[in-house]
This record gives sequence, C-alpha cells and structure tokens, in this order.
Amino acid sequence: MLDSSIPFPTLPPAPGVGYKPQHFQDILGDARPVEWLEVHAENYMGEGGRPLAQLRHLAERFAISVHGVGLSIGGEGRLDPDHLARLKHLCGWLNPASFSEHLAWSTHDSHFLNDLLPLPYTSETLQRVADHIDEVQESIGRRMLLENPSSYLAFEESTYSETDFLSEVTRRTGCGLLLDVNNVFVSCTNLELDPRAYIDAFPIDKVGEIHLGGHDEDEDDHGAPLLIDSHGREVADPVWSLLDHLLERSGPRPLLIEWDANIPPWSELAAEAARAAKALERVPA
Amino acid sequence: MSVSQTQFHDALLDSSTSVPIGLSDGRGQPAGARFSVYRNNVAVSLTEALEVSFPAILSLIGHENFKKTAGLFLRQHPPKNPMIMVYGDEFPSFLEDFEPLQHIAYLPDVARLEQALRESYHAADADAVAPNELAILPQEALAASKLILAPSLRLVRSRWPIHAIWSYALDRSSAKPKNQGQDVLITRPAYDPEGRVLPPGASLFVANILEGKTLGDAYEKAMHDAPEFDLTGLLTMLLDTSSIIEIQTQD
Repeated sequence: MLDSSIPFPTLPPAPGVGYKPQHFQDILGDARPVEWLEVHAENYMGEGGRPLAQLRHLAERFAISVHGVGLSIGGEGRLDPDHLARLKHLCGWLNPASFSEHLAWSTHDSHFLNDLLPLPYTSETLQRVADHIDEVQESIGRRMLLENPSSYLAFEESTYSETDFLSEVTRRTGCGLLLDVNNVFVSCTNLELDPRAYIDAFPIDKVGEIHLGGHDEDEDDHGAPLLIDSHGREVADPVWSLLDHLLERSGPRPLLIEWDANIPPWSELAAEAARAAKALERVPA
Repeated sequence: MSVSQTQFHDALLDSSTSVPIGLSDGRGQPAGARFSVYRNNVAVSLTEALEVSFPAILSLIGHENFKKTAGLFLRQHPPKNPMIMVYGDEFPSFLEDFEPLQHIAYLPDVARLEQALRESYHAADADAVAPNELAILPQEALAASKLILAPSLRLVRSRWPIHAIWSYALDRSSAKPKNQGQDVLITRPAYDPEGRVLPPGASLFVANILEGKTLGDAYEKAMHDAPEFDLTGLLTMLLDTSSIIEIQTQD
C-alpha cells in the first residue's frame, strides 16, 4: 500500500474540461466557469516545444489532471517500462492534481493500437489489473484513478459484473475511480443493462472524478441500438439525467466535459461546462 | 470460451480474420459486427493521426489514396509506443517501397520533410548562444571550434524540389516547383519550425557540422564543392534563428 501522507494538490468539486491547444488564448482570457483542466498524458511526453510550454503556463493558473490513454493497464503483457518512465517524469515535474487511466488495454506485442480495448472480468484479469495498478502507483508515488470503459460487446467468460470488478480492484490496490457517466450510458444501452442500477452498484465513495462526453448513435446487425463513445458532440440529455442521479448519491465531485473530435469553439465548450456547474449547484455539498 | 489478446489483436488488424468466438452482444448473440467498432476505431484513429502528420502527402495524393495507403501502412507498421504525435517515422521508407505510388518519385522525400518538421516541433528546448560569441573568437580558434546545433534543427537533402512541392501542396497559390533538387534546413527560433532552402555549399557545410566536423573542415569541404559559399551569411542566419547552442573551442 502507498504512503498516503504525502500531500498532493487536489481537483476542486467544480467543472473542468479536456484541454485543446486551439483554446489556449480563450482560456487565458476568461475560462469561467471552468476551474481545472485535463490533459492526455501522451501528448505531453515530447522533449519540448510549444506543447510543454503551454502546459507549464496553464499549470500556474489551473489545477491539472493528467489522463493517460496508453498505459494498457488491462494488457496481458507487462507494462511498458519506457512508457511508465515517461509518465513518472511528467507527473514528477508537473505535480498534477490527479492521474487517471482506463480499465482497458491498448498494447499487445509492442504494438500500440490507439484504442481502449475491452477485457473479460475474471479472477485472472482482476489480479493482473491490480498488479499493474500497484506498479503504476509505486512508480509515480501516488494514488491513481481508474476509469470505467465504454463497451460494445461482452465476454462470455466474465464472472464479475463491471461494478464488482472495479470495487475489488480498489479494495486490493487502494486506487480511486473515475466514473464516466457517458460510458455507463453507452455500455448499458449496448449491453441491455440498467444504467441507474449500475450507478447504484458503483463504489461511490471511491469516485475522485466524473467524466461526461458526447456519443454517436448507430445500430448493430440485428437493429439493436449501438452507441459509440465518440466525444465529438454535446452531452446527451439522458446522460445529464443520469448525472443528476449520480450526484444525488455522491454530492459534488470534480466534473469534466470531454470533447475530443469536431472540437467546438471555446464558447460552446464553456456552455457545456456551465450546464455541469448548474448540475453541481443543485446538490448539497 | 476465453478470448486471448493475441486473437483480439490479430482480428483487429486483419478484417479477413473472423471475429473471435466468446464475444457476445450482451443479449446472448455473438458480437458479430459490433467487433467492427474496435476495428474501425483503430484504423480511423491511426489514419487521422497520419493525416495530421503528413498534410502535404494527403494533399498530393488525395483523401481516398491516402486512406488506402495509410490503411496498409498502419497494419504493417502499427505504432511502437503510445506517443501518437510522432507516429509515422517509417512512413517515408514505406512510401519508397510502395509500388502503387512509385511513379510519384518525390513523395518519400516530401514525407521526410514533414516528418522532420514534426520532430523539430517536439524537440527539446535549448538556449542559443549570444550572437557576439562567434564574433569575439580569433580566426584560428574559430576554425578549430565545433558548433553544437539546436536539438530542433533538421537538414533534409533531396534531389527533388521538396520545399517547393511541400509549399505548393499546402497552398496551391505558391510558385510551381521547378525541376531542381532542394536541401531544406529546418530551424525553430521559438515554437514554430521554419523550413528554408539552402544553396549547395551551405547545405554541405551544415551536414558536416552535424557530423561533428570542425568549422574549418566544414568550410573547406563546402568551398571545395561550391566556391560561392557564403559562410558569414550562413552563420548570421544560424545565429538569428537561435540554432547554435554551444561553441566548443579546442583548448
């Protein structure tokens, strides 16, 4: 277990957004109601240049959350030591308010596939994920958050529900959780599960951050709804309702809007953040 | 039935491979086309990464051809690490051996130029020497010294007019390329890499400096091949673009 006595900065229970370089000037001008920013770890693992200069500048004014998309925590192989070293370096100089990653895999046989791929929920995969999280937390010297995935299919071999699996991972490793409400809605629609029951079963006291993002609507071979976690539009209404349901249980938490494709002008992103601020205001602290 | 990540990986990259057995739609039916969501995510996201990295190649061969070419490339050369912003270092040599595009002989070198621009963008920051540091050295000490150039500096030499082709590809109002080789020096005075064409002597000089030759040796080689070589002009440009980060004098 980690030494939790070391103080780190923390994320405020307020709206944040995923940072996009095209919004740099807008954010420096007037970021309201956004109070913190999230960056993808891998985009800031270069040697220098504008990306790192911008991040250093933003970190002077905002709490920063580092969100990894490439560690492959659910991978069958061992974690890439070079990538772990790059992450340790980034967390070392930036001292972010949070580090989070996904319950997914993306690397196999030293091929990085640039997608968050699913894994079955069994005792073997549970042990593997827990070992990898131990290794990450050991390496960066702090507790991390693990995010629930968007699923388009299920593994017949799974013996745990996703919420039980995540609960057990936090129990074994001491890690926190990042609850992506859009992912809950996408997965539950795709796999015919009840999203509210999912939220109710989630280990809510472990949630250090909430994500919201947009999805696309499609259909599978049989005409069943198939939602795609695209992050390319505004958050859908049923996802906002699900957020209200979550916040009733959890109270205010750091709440992030993700918009990674078809990136809108800052005003549109700030409007989504304002809607998030309203949702947070409605619940007692 | 358990599904290994090897099976999953192989089926992702090869759509002629059938979807692994043991994946379902959550309603008791095989996953079927749902697996394509992952196939699509991998191919589309990596193709988009290459489009961002090689905009001139995209413009030169068009979207459809680029998509087909990238689709083959990403299956033969998937990224080796998660730093997608530098993915594609093998793309220029892939284009060289790629039969359907071999009739466009300059493509690989234009891709090398784009790759070099991107490497420059992400290269380490370094403080440049003050402009007078060269001027104060006595001539003999200057000839024996070595110049250490900025980590963001790149030299791309080609028998094709790559700078003109690259400019024209990104802005069709640029001058039409003439049939003459171009050597391009990339510098990064602040955060934006700049490409400029070097005359043959200057290019040879910079190439020798990058190999670690002394200023005197590099000058001799440049003058031998190109007697019109303007050393002062080149050094002034290197200083103006913050490209010299250290002058190592022989003690």
